[in-house]
Amino acid sequence: MANMSPNKNPMPSQEPEVRSRNFKEVALGYTEEMALDEAQRCLNCKHKPCVSGCPVSIDIPAFIAEVAKKNFAGAYDVISKSSSLPAVCGRVCPQENQCEKNCVRGIKGEAVGIGRLERFVADWYNAQENVKKEKPVSNGHKVAVVGSGPSGLACAGELASKGYEVTVFEALHLAGGVLMYGIPEFRLPKSIVQKEIQGLKEMGVKIETNMVIGKVMSIDQLMEDGFEAVFVGTGAGLPRFMGIPGENLKGVYSANEFLTRVNLMKAYDKENAATPIHDAKHVAVVGGGNVAMDAARSALRMGAETVSIVYRRSENELPARAEEVEHAMEEGIKFEFLTNPLEIKGEDGWVSGMICQRMELSQPDASGRAKPVPLEGSEFELPVDCVIMSIGTSPNPLIKSTTKGLDTTKWGGIVVEEETGLTSREGVYAGGDAVTGAATVILAMGAGKQAAKAIDEALKK
Amino acid sequence: MYRIVKKKSLNPTVTLMKIEAPAVAKAAEPGQFIILRVDEEGERIPLTIADFDRDAGTVTIIFQIVGATTQKLNDKEEGEWICDFAGPLGTATHTEGLKKVAVVGGGVGCAIAYPVAKKLHNLGCEVHSIVGFRSKDLLILEDEFKAVSDEMLIMTDDGSYGEKGLVTDALKSLLDAGNKYDQVIVIGPLIMMKFVCKLTKEYGVKTIVSMNPIMIDGTGMCGGCRLTVGGEMKFACVDGPDFDGHLVDFDEAMARSSMYREFEQREREKTCHLFQKEAK
Repeated sequence: MANMSPNKNPMPSQEPEVRSRNFKEVALGYTEEMALDEAQRCLNCKHKPCVSGCPVSIDIPAFIAEVAKKNFAGAYDVISKSSSLPAVCGRVCPQENQCEKNCVRGIKGEAVGIGRLERFVADWYNAQENVKKEKPVSNGHKVAVVGSGPSGLACAGELASKGYEVTVFEALHLAGGVLMYGIPEFRLPKSIVQKEIQGLKEMGVKIETNMVIGKVMSIDQLMEDGFEAVFVGTGAGLPRFMGIPGENLKGVYSANEFLTRVNLMKAYDKENAATPIHDAKHVAVVGGGNVAMDAARSALRMGAETVSIVYRRSENELPARAEEVEHAMEEGIKFEFLTNPLEIKGEDGWVSGMICQRMELSQPDASGRAKPVPLEGSEFELPVDCVIMSIGTSPNPLIKSTTKGLDTTKWGGIVVEEETGLTSREGVYAGGDAVTGAATVILAMGAGKQAAKAIDEALKK
Repeated sequence: MYRIVKKKSLNPTVTLMKIEAPAVAKAAEPGQFIILRVDEEGERIPLTIADFDRDAGTVTIIFQIVGATTQKLNDKEEGEWICDFAGPLGTATHTEGLKKVAVVGGGVGCAIAYPVAKKLHNLGCEVHSIVGFRSKDLLILEDEFKAVSDEMLIMTDDGSYGEKGLVTDALKSLLDAGNKYDQVIVIGPLIMMKFVCKLTKEYGVKTIVSMNPIMIDGTGMCGGCRLTVGGEMKFACVDGPDFDGHLVDFDEAMARSSMYREFEQREREKTCHLFQKEAK
């Protein structure tokens, strides 16, 4: 008999006042008891509406049924047929807009906690000793993957499971891409990312770090070296700035730089970190996406007294995942909605304040989005000593500028065939932020997986 | 891991190392840079490529001991390994079509100016080199420069070697003597590059500078290395490191480069302190 409670089992979490001063994971994960109880809420619908909301099409009712039977290993097997990074996705997917959005239980109450159950299963699996993934028998085909972020890892995992010899080239010193440099420890512990990558290595995936493809070798050279197909998952690139005065003052960061210093270069470990970071007391983060939430919450944990999110639209339009916004608010991040920066003020070369303007929303335009318009005479100064710009990125230029015949859009995204990820170059596929511009981990994984299927079909011929 | 195949002290604060990195050596061109980490806990620092040997698979770096990381790097010996070495990054210095060039180097910047002078010389270009140092004991690469220069002027602040004066004095005298350069290429401290650019602007000679701002990834991701060039935002790691010196906002670049000065000082003292402890 299904558990008919209208509410999800709540996620145990660190208390806001405690967690806002440490970098440990905020959400602590379900206990076995909670997982079993939550799994009972699934009605095991025949038409599986949840699955159609999942970019990698995990057989959600099937894995939840295994959880309900206490067969966690079985549940893991179901998930890993479709996803190569379940411990990551269970934590960072915007489930409320995907699987859980379609859940029948969500009509009269809350959806089943699919993400929380996925995380439970993956964490259970990772906690088992002596689990080693098996290396499939090689099919002799070599494929190169450029970039070891979510799309690259998903593509590599999918191909490796089919017996391809996959080499992943990573520009930085550690594999994981945005999972390592961008998403903070308190939301996605780095040990979990490394564990998932370890699993891929056990499946035979080779990872070469410090390899900046486009510089040390071109895509053409990779193909000359015997790679029969190349997947480009180079992710987001250069940070965007607003073009307002004062953006080059000391104390202005792009979110990419701030998060890279804190996460990848471990600036949060102030005693031991070799990489410096500005010791800011009053921080403004410009933008309203997940990256803005991550930057704001990181700044708070780094010791800032006040942190404000400055967003030109209203709360309803915030693009960030609901849970991140909720967590940020609980932790005391201030939200300056309908506010747009005009100028960053400086003293002795350092940020001393930010002049902003209040906005109001117009009637929704053709795209359905309401446009923010300035309220005349509403200028005011936000007293801050640090500004973090989190208003998106433009694609990395390195591959585009060194690969002949690779078509890109006006804004620099790689043009691909939607179904396959195939670019304008034979044998070259692409996916993730390098194609779509800044999006989510799971969409990038979906694209990586899709390209892997297309590569498999092309090379099998 | 990348092996140090050669280490040589060029002067009390400047060290040369040859690093085994065949893939980087194969693709490197003068003007490009690498990013390295000395050990697992280290920071990422950019260093311009001083030379490379494609056959031997080695890349030469020359660095001044200025902070904790360069101190740690200098503590490594031949045969030891460094953790990470990624490159070549940035765009190569444009050398095509140049017939007569003045190459100006200041201090450790000479290490970067040298491979450019060498490449120009090998392409048949007339090269006038001007190198400046604080004093004689800091002089580096004298013979190397001489071998690739049609004319060479050495300047020291204190007059202990060559001529007493600044590189701008030497360049001015060459320009006044009627030398018509297609280009001046200048690599050194920001303040020196700023004043060379001021001079060459008066003479209307196109001038290329090599910028070395604070960087983290070096691949066009973090935006820390941004500069204002001709009123536009540019990223040294992918758009540079070479820029038209007459368009660079040097004052802003100097302000930005001082962002972590206090931190660096502290770290360096900490590292020195550790070494002293180990030595005891």
